[in-house]
Amino acid sequence: MIENLNKIFDSRIRLGIMSALMVNTDISFNELKELLNITDGNLASHLKTLEENDYVKIHKGFIGKKTNTTYAVTKAGEKAFKIHLTALEKMIGSIK
Amino acid sequence: MDTQQQSLADLQHIKTMMERSSRFISLSGLSGIAAGICALVGAWFANNVIVDSGGPSAYRAVVNRTFRAESLQDFMGHRLFQIAAFTFCAALCLAFLFTYLRSKKDKIPMWGATAQRLTINVAIPMAAGGIYLFKQMQFGNYGLIAPGCLIFYGLALVNAGKYTLGEIRYLGYCQLLLGVINCWFVGYGLYFWAMGFGVLHIIYGTVMWYRYEKSKPE
Repeated sequence: MIENLNKIFDSRIRLGIMSALMVNTDISFNELKELLNITDGNLASHLKTLEENDYVKIHKGFIGKKTNTTYAVTKAGEKAFKIHLTALEKMIGSIK
Repeated sequence: MDTQQQSLADLQHIKTMMERSSRFISLSGLSGIAAGICALVGAWFANNVIVDSGGPSAYRAVVNRTFRAESLQDFMGHRLFQIAAFTFCAALCLAFLFTYLRSKKDKIPMWGATAQRLTINVAIPMAAGGIYLFKQMQFGNYGLIAPGCLIFYGLALVNAGKYTLGEIRYLGYCQLLLGVINCWFVGYGLYFWAMGFGVLHIIYGTVMWYRYEKSKPE
């Protein structure tokens, strides 16, 4: 059972990012920052880890002249998250 | 055991993050209570105006006859309209204040993406309803204003259930029901209005406050 738990989701912040992305089509960097209440650098490094594992994809756009970077979950990320979620649920189920 | 505790905490965290990112959860129960009290005070003043202008027995007649004779401009300057507008503003300000305080306490941004989504989705049925009721007033159908307010507000709340704490939809259903019943009791609008905007808001606010805010010590 434990082998189904994803190491990448060990981090509370990465787990939070994925949770938020699962229920939204895309979220901007600033919205994620406010949601998780962390610094730019911290968020960026966690996003990089997720991106390197092909769990999130980045879209760089503009609002007026300001850059607006948004993030969305990939198919692979969605699948990995669902497996992780099932594993978590099984862990709790085994208490009985 | 430790890993199980950890899993439970992780699931809780996932749930919180999903809710926080997709729903505006800072809407305070106190906002509902404050808006309800405003509505009751407003209804009390309105009732006094009506009593002064003909007594309680003439209530129905006041709505159906007196206003119909007047033009829209007269109506806009009428005491009842002023009371309604003032009540609406006071309720909105107080509702905003308590929700602002809660969002500050929870460290959630007041005007984030979720709040914007909620506002837009409440504003659409409300604006359409407002325009429709305004036209009803022009045609002198004053008796249908109160049920109309309740129905459109109910629709807005049912819609809001997808963008904030889901329980608000039950408040919406109750407002809809009151509004529909009121269609068969034209002339008693003020009582339905006080019931819907006053009593129901207070009940809803109290329930929500007990459920989500009281139990959180920090």
